[in-house]
Amino acid sequence: MTAPFHKTLRKHALALVTLLALAAAPFLGFGDGFALSLLARAMILGMAAVSLSLLVGGAGLVSLGHAATMGIGAYTVVAFDAAGISEGLIVFPAAIAAAAAYALVTGAVSLRTSGVHFIMITLAFGQMAFFTTSSFSSLGGDDGYTLYARTEWLGTRILDSRLTFHFLCLGLLALVWVGGGLLLGSRFGRVLRAARENPQRALAVGFQPYPYRLVAYVMAGAVGGLAGALLANATEFVSPALLSWTRSGELLFMVILGGVGQLGGAILGALAIVLLEESLSHLMVYWRLVFGPLLVLSVLFLPDGLVGAPLRLRAAFRFASPKRRNADA
Amino acid sequence: MPDPLLELRGLSKNFGALTVTSDVSLTVLPGEIHAIIGPNGAGKTTLIHQISGTLRPDRGTIRFAGQDVTALPFERRARLGLARSFQITSIVPGFTALENVALAVQARSGSSFRFLRPVAGEAALNAEARAALDTVGLGRVADRGAAALSHGEKRQLELAIAIAMNPRLLLLDEPLAGAGPEETERLIGILRALRSRYGILLVEHDMQAVFALADRISVLVYGRVIVTGTVDEIRGHPEVRTAYLGEDALA
Repeated sequence: MTAPFHKTLRKHALALVTLLALAAAPFLGFGDGFALSLLARAMILGMAAVSLSLLVGGAGLVSLGHAATMGIGAYTVVAFDAAGISEGLIVFPAAIAAAAAYALVTGAVSLRTSGVHFIMITLAFGQMAFFTTSSFSSLGGDDGYTLYARTEWLGTRILDSRLTFHFLCLGLLALVWVGGGLLLGSRFGRVLRAARENPQRALAVGFQPYPYRLVAYVMAGAVGGLAGALLANATEFVSPALLSWTRSGELLFMVILGGVGQLGGAILGALAIVLLEESLSHLMVYWRLVFGPLLVLSVLFLPDGLVGAPLRLRAAFRFASPKRRNADA
Repeated sequence: MPDPLLELRGLSKNFGALTVTSDVSLTVLPGEIHAIIGPNGAGKTTLIHQISGTLRPDRGTIRFAGQDVTALPFERRARLGLARSFQITSIVPGFTALENVALAVQARSGSSFRFLRPVAGEAALNAEARAALDTVGLGRVADRGAAALSHGEKRQLELAIAIAMNPRLLLLDEPLAGAGPEETERLIGILRALRSRYGILLVEHDMQAVFALADRISVLVYGRVIVTGTVDEIRGHPEVRTAYLGEDALA
């Protein structure tokens, strides 16, 4: 018994509109290099945020080390670049596999803990990855590494076109979002959701949550790796800052700002934060003084995140005008 | 006498200097309701924990369906057909009643490492889940959120989940706790209807219910089984009277 089509559409309306707006943006005056690279960054971070949302909202696993998977994806691109290999059919699968392998090893250990301990241990692994990349002197160490060229696909340099890159990111973002949604609605996702809400109940019917959580953790890591490989291409520069724990915190904030209950929230959260950061930093020097309080207010007044905002606004509006409520009834 | 479904032999458990289970041996036969009664702090719930696998005994063995399960974890015992209900209701509040039960059906029907097909549309899982809900009389609230059910309905839902596991033994930890008189009547009716299909180990405070349902009763005092017998034997047992039962419960 799947939900009727119009209901599904309504539930995901905000995320769908956002994706459509992103598709239309290049033709509505946001087609210059600056705007496109900004949007690409938002979409790539959005991808990583959606994969984190799968862990946080879906499986109840609050990771504070998700940026490490992104960094590993990016550094894989860089390592191949340094070796003179820039073929996407090699580089991208390798980036995804490297991040997934990292998630498998660290997840196998981290997932034996829960709650605050899980947060701390994912943070610790993230810091280990951060310091490891800082010590790669052949890849620039602390200073980072500038790519010679963007990744090629079968020898052609299609990623050099900003418009192509824009739609590649958009397509992959949509794919990750839809795939994540299907995942949560599947048998596998049901076990994850049950174990999040009541692990004792999952055990009592015969499900040990650990292997399910580990597979989810590896999948999220793989998406993080993909996002990292794209990010390396978007900025053509990679530094350890990409793996810093503040970056992990930022991803977590995108998820929370957008709304933990829905994967689409992470897309909205990523877009909102990237655009807000950009516009505020143009307006004033001390933009962080405004940015911080804005985030605090959003958490206070939008507990369901941006995806929950329309419903909340409508409820507030109805409360304010009882006449309208009568008319509706 | 048929082979016992569950057999505890010399089960002992200490928490530091406190002995909570002391040399407990008992059996549950197929199709039998074996009740465990005892005053508060007698170690009834601790015993249930050891049988279900959430606590390891210090000594002794637990055999279930002819297999030594003493070292098996909780979820493995569940898969063997040992279904447990909890003293404090344990359901998935964010799921509908149907989904709570379908989760249990899913656990014994094929792999759950399936990633794309919407599970809510799996007719086979839903049909079995609905049947279990109908058995406990919750068919009409199948699509309601589990969190919105009344206390008694949640207790019934937990029974439905246990039934949906297609178990061989039900391990019920105070299934009537907190239920009103009407709900108690209904739950007793449900348990009576289930007795032919499963062995049931019942821990319950409600004496009327225990006397109405049990085939055999074991009395647990300070972690030790002081006597096991039929309802009439227990009613008349002098040690039980002094140790546990108030005179009015026997009237």
